[in-house]
Amino acid sequence: MIADRINAATRRIPAWPLYAISVLPPAWFLYQGLTGGLGVEPISALEHELGQLALKMLIAGLCITPLRRFAGVNLMRYRRAIGLIAFFYVVLHLLVWLVLDVGIVSQIWADILKRPYITVGMGAFALLFPLAVTSNNLSIRKLGAKRWRKLHRLAYAAALLGALHFVMLVKGFQIEPLIYMGIVVVLLALRLPLQRVPFLRASG
Amino acid sequence: MAHRWTNTLTRNDVTEERLWLNRRQIMAGLGGMAVAGLAGRAGAAEGLEPNSYEEITSYNNYYEFGTGKDDPARYAGDLTISPWSVKIDGMVDKPGEYGFDDILSKMTLEERIYRFRCVEAWSMVVPWTGFELADLLTMAGVKSGAKYVAFETVLRPDEMPGVRYNVLDWPYVEGLRLDEAMHPLTIMATGIYGRDIPRQNGAPLRLVVPWKYGYKSIKSIVRITLTDTQPPTSWNKANPNEYGFYSNVNPQVDHPRWSQATERGIGGGLFAKRKDTLMFNGYDEVASLYEGMDLTVNH
Repeated sequence: MIADRINAATRRIPAWPLYAISVLPPAWFLYQGLTGGLGVEPISALEHELGQLALKMLIAGLCITPLRRFAGVNLMRYRRAIGLIAFFYVVLHLLVWLVLDVGIVSQIWADILKRPYITVGMGAFALLFPLAVTSNNLSIRKLGAKRWRKLHRLAYAAALLGALHFVMLVKGFQIEPLIYMGIVVVLLALRLPLQRVPFLRASG
Repeated sequence: MAHRWTNTLTRNDVTEERLWLNRRQIMAGLGGMAVAGLAGRAGAAEGLEPNSYEEITSYNNYYEFGTGKDDPARYAGDLTISPWSVKIDGMVDKPGEYGFDDILSKMTLEERIYRFRCVEAWSMVVPWTGFELADLLTMAGVKSGAKYVAFETVLRPDEMPGVRYNVLDWPYVEGLRLDEAMHPLTIMATGIYGRDIPRQNGAPLRLVVPWKYGYKSIKSIVRITLTDTQPPTSWNKANPNEYGFYSNVNPQVDHPRWSQATERGIGGGLFAKRKDTLMFNGYDEVASLYEGMDLTVNH
């Protein structure tokens, strides 16, 4: 079985290298942005690359449970790292928008309040923040496993808002953001109540 | 005939092209053009200096070739631009197919250095070569009673990979009120930096209306129709709430999804600051065309 082989192969691989590796893509994009590799408008390009990176990591995080349930592949030990890396990318994306893209405090506030796609994006960030802060063993102990799991279901809403943020910002009818949204919706549908009981038992 | 409008941006502003060419040769010698965006920009005065040829021709919105900014430069190469003709019809004295070379032989070409402001809140300064649309319309003979000019972009699915997707309702169409079309600022561009206009910028001829958002300046035109009714326009059809018929650059009227108060000049690199957007993109001389109109309603 492929699943057994993946499980055996990853058994001895710890999660911490993921944190180190996660710095490489943004560093690469930043280097490209500074040296012309992102084209003649590097600010939007960097912003979009980081946003897509964040969305991909949120989606990767949502894949862990279905992979185990439906394919028997257990990557649970990497889930925290994937979630924290997703948050790290969201923060970088947000920083590029705040500092490099807009850079005007009054306009930032006006945008957050007045522009629905920005409101939605900020909403996703706000939902992810408590998850990032509680992604440690101490928080699980303090909150209790049950409450902690409940809290971390906010990741579902955050992924939906993240994909919606992408759908809402494009001009005309474009396929790519709809594909992201479709993937998120399917991954969430796999968690519908019919299948929830084994999921709850299995996760943690 | 032509030369009815005098440039406020001067010839001196174009020296950048020579600098850019030199720079490119040096870069090529060093084995890379990647740092072109960083070099030689320090002296740029208030963004009124034209963008480099590379900037103007590598960052384009031309959705018939894809929605990415680099898609047009990558995929427009297959577009056949010779032979080319423009059908001029509707309320004109001399309707017909006008060959591109025939048109050029009758027009006075001149250089116009214009600001170019995209609805997406970025901007460039482009040294166009072209002729006044008024001259072309006069050549065809505008009938009394005509009130609008409709334009259409070529539609060739075999040569335009982007039209496989219904991002917009193809072919791309645009329109102007007749007085806007006849204004001396309104030109049909056939060149950039004195060279033939590249395909990704709308070869072989495109409209340039510098006081309106870029999407009004329709590319690769194959048809011009004089009418007495307001013609449909592509972005307005796609989303009437976001894109009006007039589409004048107006810092006071935001796009529903983003502010139009500021813009970012292309070519400033990773740390470029936004600058204030000017009413009518700085072309105040057109204000009289809209006297008495509510520009929030007629956005």
